[in-house]
Amino acid sequence: MKLTLDPQYEAFRAEVSQTLAKNAHLAPTADDKGYKNPKRLAWQKFLIENGLAARTIPKEYGGYGAEPDILKARIIAEEFARSGLPGPMAGQGISMFVPTLLELGTEAQKQAYIRPTIHGEMIWCQGYSEPGAGSDLAALRTSAVEDGDHYIINGSKIWTSTAKQADMIFCLVRTDPNAKKHEGITYITFPMSTPGIEVRPLVDMTGTANFNEVFFTDVRVPKSGVIFAPNKGWQVANATLTHERGMLGDPNATKARLLELIALMKTETVNGERLIDNPMLRDRLMKLQAEVYAMQANGLRITTSRLQGQPAGLAGLVVKLQGCDLNHEIARLAIDALGELGILYEEGEHLRSGGTWQWRYMYDLGLIIGGGTAQIQKNIIAERGLDMPREPKLAKA
Amino acid sequence: MEFALSEDQRMLQDSLKGVLNETASLDRIRKIAVGDAGEAAILDGALTEFGLAALMVPEAAGGLGLGALDACLVQEALGYNVAPSRFLATAVAAKALAGKADLLIASGEAKFALALTEVSSRRDGAGVELKGGKLSGKSLLAQSVDGATHILVADTAGAWHSVSAMDAGVTVMQTIDRTRTFHEVTLDGAEPLASVTPAAEVLALARLLVAADTLGAAQAMIDKAVAYAKERQQFGRVIGSFQAVKHMCAEMAAKLEPARALIWHAAHALDIADEEGPMMANLAKAHLAEVGTFVARTATEVHGGMGFTDLVGLHYWYKRIGVNRQLLGSPEQARQAAAELQGLVV
Ligand SMILES: Cc1cc2nc3c(=O)[nH]c(=O)nc-3n(C[C@H](O)[C@H](O)[C@H](O)COP(=O)(O)OP(=O)(O)OC[C@H]3O[C@@H](n4cnc5c(N)ncnc54)[C@H](O)[C@@H]3O)c2cc1C
Repeated sequence: MKLTLDPQYEAFRAEVSQTLAKNAHLAPTADDKGYKNPKRLAWQKFLIENGLAARTIPKEYGGYGAEPDILKARIIAEEFARSGLPGPMAGQGISMFVPTLLELGTEAQKQAYIRPTIHGEMIWCQGYSEPGAGSDLAALRTSAVEDGDHYIINGSKIWTSTAKQADMIFCLVRTDPNAKKHEGITYITFPMSTPGIEVRPLVDMTGTANFNEVFFTDVRVPKSGVIFAPNKGWQVANATLTHERGMLGDPNATKARLLELIALMKTETVNGERLIDNPMLRDRLMKLQAEVYAMQANGLRITTSRLQGQPAGLAGLVVKLQGCDLNHEIARLAIDALGELGILYEEGEHLRSGGTWQWRYMYDLGLIIGGGTAQIQKNIIAERGLDMPREPKLAKA
Repeated sequence: MEFALSEDQRMLQDSLKGVLNETASLDRIRKIAVGDAGEAAILDGALTEFGLAALMVPEAAGGLGLGALDACLVQEALGYNVAPSRFLATAVAAKALAGKADLLIASGEAKFALALTEVSSRRDGAGVELKGGKLSGKSLLAQSVDGATHILVADTAGAWHSVSAMDAGVTVMQTIDRTRTFHEVTLDGAEPLASVTPAAEVLALARLLVAADTLGAAQAMIDKAVAYAKERQQFGRVIGSFQAVKHMCAEMAAKLEPARALIWHAAHALDIADEEGPMMANLAKAHLAEVGTFVARTATEVHGGMGFTDLVGLHYWYKRIGVNRQLLGSPEQARQAAAELQGLVV
């Protein structure tokens, strides 16, 4: 056990912290809204040039080109959290598609997509789920039929986040209807401006349209968009899903929310008493703090396994389930602590934190479901982590 | 012994359910939620015709003379359909102002709003004070203010007063639950029309009715989850055949069924003036808040991504339960009251 970092890393931390402090004025604020907001694009460019975003992406693809160093990546994440400045852009293109492309894409694909994607100039959406294929993703039916050096795509996707804003989609389609269900799937990319694509926003429980339905009618796309190989889409998709689940359970993000909650409970009062002085609320806060610290420490174990080239095992498998649940519980305590004022949602004199806690109490429930439901996560933990037998399958449909 | 609803109570329940099925469809609730006053008036008209206003007023004063258990059945049915209604406010006002405003309530001349939030929690400088016989101050998240003629408002010394709605300044406070409206009420030297120092039974009834509303909303969520689980297929089978899904549904039912019995028992105890009534009603408020929270989340999870969308409208129930949890006292405050009412706090 050794929790301190070598001097070289402490020096790196100081450097990162200084860079952020000196350039804080360049950072976009909550008012700089929208995916391609110039201020946000400029900030992302600045971060990449200074090795604070897209750090390990090779220079030739527009990244910073540093050697992978898990500890430095951690330090950067921690310093962003400490500074309160907006971190590097994330999203399905940067966090899921780019790593997949680096692993499995052709040189031409890497050249074409990585630079604009990491700079926030090319937005991606993930076209996996379909009305009949959610947890059972491999049951997807959107078809792609060969036509010379093109495919003709027909079908529909649902719950596609950011499809409305996206320039490009990475999509799972069925290219071999006769193969076993996992073996006839292809992972393909194409522009959302291709004729025959219709995007219909889906309003969700938060009252906004965070995701969409996407309909394909005779959409003609070049075969050059296939990632890896035809009919090998399931393997490619699994590579992306691993990246998604890591992103959804990030303990640093959870820690930041806990700090917000602590600040709230120190300032808000009810019946003349600070919320933090109420022993029942404080006890619940401490319970959650224990869980947050546990997930952070669990993250250290995962980091160490990666440093040593070992699989993270159970420590890794539980992150999505535990992390998403914890976020939801933190939001729940914040609302309970605010009591009657916690139920407010629209602008007004008594609203707190812009209604964020209510928004999270809903959206975090969405994330308990999205990216593989809690029940599916439990199946994975039991089957892969604890080596328990799978549920017996019914006769094949 | 017979712990069951009477024939009359079952009839009351069934006929109200019939009215609500016809007049409080999800379609109409959606319209009401975006502020369609015409649709709200249709529902309100049907419920008025059903006689909800006079339900808790003694027969001698022109009411139906029904009790807390009947009122809980009504509120449960309203919660089941996430229907907006002045019923809760009316029932509480009738109980609080018994003998003082009965005739007006029974005839529908007096339509009451409730400004009782500060009985439990004072935030942002809220609180109404009685000085020289006049009421001044503000109350947050008052219920049923739209269209009210009177407001039942609590002062900071523990007395409750009826004031004319015309003497109050009101501002909308938009909560997460758009099936109901809430307001900030400001009084500046308002004259009380009637004043009472309510017994513990009155606040207990108010809290119990909030719990009954959650009971109905939670039951609706379970019914929807079970129906969905029997229909939705993944991996070539209905998801309800997965133990994980079955257990989610069974757990919800296992928690809610006893909670229903608790509400009946608490309501009956209030009706027969059993000394344990207020204590049990407070426990019921707290318990339904917890069970409701669990059901709201779990039923949504059973629906997968569909539960998170607006398509099935499940979120109206999720939000109604979330708001009920905070209304008229948090679970912790209701449990504290229950402890005090049985002399456990010295
Ligand atoms: C906020 C959010 C964002 C999303 N973003 C995207 C996106 O960008 N792109 C995309 O492609 N998809 C996206 N999704 C879709 C998401 O991946 C699916 O909702 C999720 O995989 C669940 O599928 P489903 O909704 O069809 O639920 P279902 O699979 O129908 O599940 C319903 C219920 O059955 C249970 N269940 C199903 N199978 C089993 C089993 N074998 N054992 C036990 N229980 C089971 C589930 O746990 C759940 O409780 C998003 C979803 C949400 C909520």
